[in-house]
Amino acid sequence: MLLTLALRNIWRNKRRTLITITAVAFAVFLASIMRSFNKGAWDNVINTSVNLFFGYAQIHANGFWDDQTIDNSMDYQEVVRSLDPSNDHILGYAPRLESFALASTGDLTQGVMIVGIEPDQEEALTGVSDKIIEGNYLDASDDGALLAKGVADKLKLGLGDTLILISQGYHGANAAGKYPVRGIFKYALPDLNKVLIYLSLKTSQHFYAADNRITSVALKIAGQRQVDKAVNSLKENLDPEVYEVMDYKELMPELMQARQLDEGGDYIVMGILYALIAFAIFGTIIMMTQERMYEFGILTAIGLGRWQLFAVTILEIITVGLLGALVGIIIAIPVVYNWSVNPLDLSMMGEEATAAFEKFGMEPLIPAAFEAPIFINQAILIFIITCILGIFPLSKILTLNPVKAMRS
Amino acid sequence: MAVIITEQIEKIYNPDKVPVHALRGVDLEIDEGEFTAIVGPSGSGKTTLLNIIGGLDTPTKGKVYIAGTDISTLSGNGMINFRKDHIGFIFQSYNLIPVLTARENVEFIMMLQKKSKKERDQRANELLDAVGLHDKKNKRPMELSGGQQQRVAVARALASKPSFILADEPTANLDSQSTADLLDMMAELNREEGMTFVFSTHDQRVIDRARRVITLIDGKIAKDEVR
Ligand SMILES: Nc1ncnc2c1ncn2[C@@H]1O[C@H](COP(=O)(O)OP(=O)(O)OP(=O)(O)O)[C@@H](O)[C@H]1O
Ligand SMILES: [Mg+2]
Repeated sequence: MLLTLALRNIWRNKRRTLITITAVAFAVFLASIMRSFNKGAWDNVINTSVNLFFGYAQIHANGFWDDQTIDNSMDYQEVVRSLDPSNDHILGYAPRLESFALASTGDLTQGVMIVGIEPDQEEALTGVSDKIIEGNYLDASDDGALLAKGVADKLKLGLGDTLILISQGYHGANAAGKYPVRGIFKYALPDLNKVLIYLSLKTSQHFYAADNRITSVALKIAGQRQVDKAVNSLKENLDPEVYEVMDYKELMPELMQARQLDEGGDYIVMGILYALIAFAIFGTIIMMTQERMYEFGILTAIGLGRWQLFAVTILEIITVGLLGALVGIIIAIPVVYNWSVNPLDLSMMGEEATAAFEKFGMEPLIPAAFEAPIFINQAILIFIITCILGIFPLSKILTLNPVKAMRS
Repeated sequence: MAVIITEQIEKIYNPDKVPVHALRGVDLEIDEGEFTAIVGPSGSGKTTLLNIIGGLDTPTKGKVYIAGTDISTLSGNGMINFRKDHIGFIFQSYNLIPVLTARENVEFIMMLQKKSKKERDQRANELLDAVGLHDKKNKRPMELSGGQQQRVAVARALASKPSFILADEPTANLDSQSTADLLDMMAELNREEGMTFVFSTHDQRVIDRARRVITLIDGKIAKDEVR
């Protein structure tokens, strides 16, 4: 009957209840949409970088990431032997030999990043062949090069032209070579598009005089959620003196920082939103408590315990709060779902928006993240807020004097 | 047997600021089955005395025994529980929980006493029949007249099977017909079921119905007559 009492009380002042529910629903709706877009946008940025090049995690020789020279490379066979084939979080891997070189064609020169790859394994990880706009992808024994569009433009190279590379090889050896251009690819990430050249692993090892050596192994992992498990089990198996295992967060620290900064802004906006809602709910609670003091007096006089009375009151408040959250979530779900399937197109917002996205190498599309925790968190927040605000009626009820209450 | 005994009750409001001596030593004994009115001019201390007997307020000095228990020994929640089982209350007006029907209002207190659904149903029906509201059981207080609301309040006060019922000016807001009806009903419950009633009033017609009339003046019992 206490529940009946609470539920009927909710409908006693319909207008006020509806206003409160609307206010809560509005806040939950806005917050859900905001969080979904923010999460979706950043997941998209990260997935783009991960899928295009980095992979969710990489293995290097210990110290390579801080000092990226070919002398910090490792033996290909040894790494592969160390990989635990029973680690089912890892779906595949791609070995790479990465280093820097000077590219030239007669009078034009350009600093470039040479990445030697096993074409099949690399294809399985990053799908380079999809990005090829001219020519063909490499095969394993290929002695040619794949150029990023930016590099090709800068050096004015076309298919079949010859690329000259100069660098320092393993243990200070001189490195120089001529490579025919087999294909040109275009990466959306501008930082990569300006400098990247792919050679086959064999050819690059030959160029750097680094037979059997690689600098990194990029790992194929099912998704963001499996990364921690995969990395942890790798760390258990690999000698930390010899190898370093880094996840995408460590590989792209600037991106992570930018994300945190942006999320911080989101939380401030949400904080303000929820503070406003807390005030709205608090107003309702004060009115409700004050106008019911007489009734509270009667109820304690005839024998309703204080905690029972509080239970009725808090039940009312929480029900109204959660009802508001539910309404907000129910309205938000189709909206967010629609935007997760049909990403929001920001190109209509003008050149600036488009340019900002291209800086990150992306199309100006924001897919919303359609994830249960985003919605559930809003409901939890409202629940916590209402519980905290329940302290007000609680203090009123605990100090209630029935005689005084009934005189009001 | 005495259900209410007070010993030298004094009540001083605002002892620190401007003290008001509302009761100045009240000795009282009320036996089971009484139908007693507490009368006296406005400000003489009637409400104060009823509140103290009902455990809603504490005396500054003196002791109150209800059904043999010294109620000053009860803790806050213990007192609430004690009221639930031993004392029925009828207040001047707005006694009822507005969102509950007449029947639910009567059942409410039995629910607090953890009576079974069956027992609650049966007793609520009986009581509402007894107070003449058999066709108004599912009405909310708003849909009832002042007199009907007071009758529901009487039914509720009886529902918990208390040791006695306290009523502070139960007819103050009623017209003379409703006043007469309510008094008839209370008198009948007193006669038939032996329920003890203690009520305060200003109304001479109500005073005339009482079998014992205690007159308070300036916080003291000035007259105590049994008729
Ligand atoms: N909470 C309070 N604080 C201070 N003084 C009070 C308080 N309640 C009552 N009094 C005073 O105590 C005295 C007795 O009041 P009480 O209400 O008991 O009288 P009453 O006989 O019930 O009067 P009425 O017939 O008007 O209801 C009065 O002088 C009143 O002003
Ligand atoms: Mg009074």
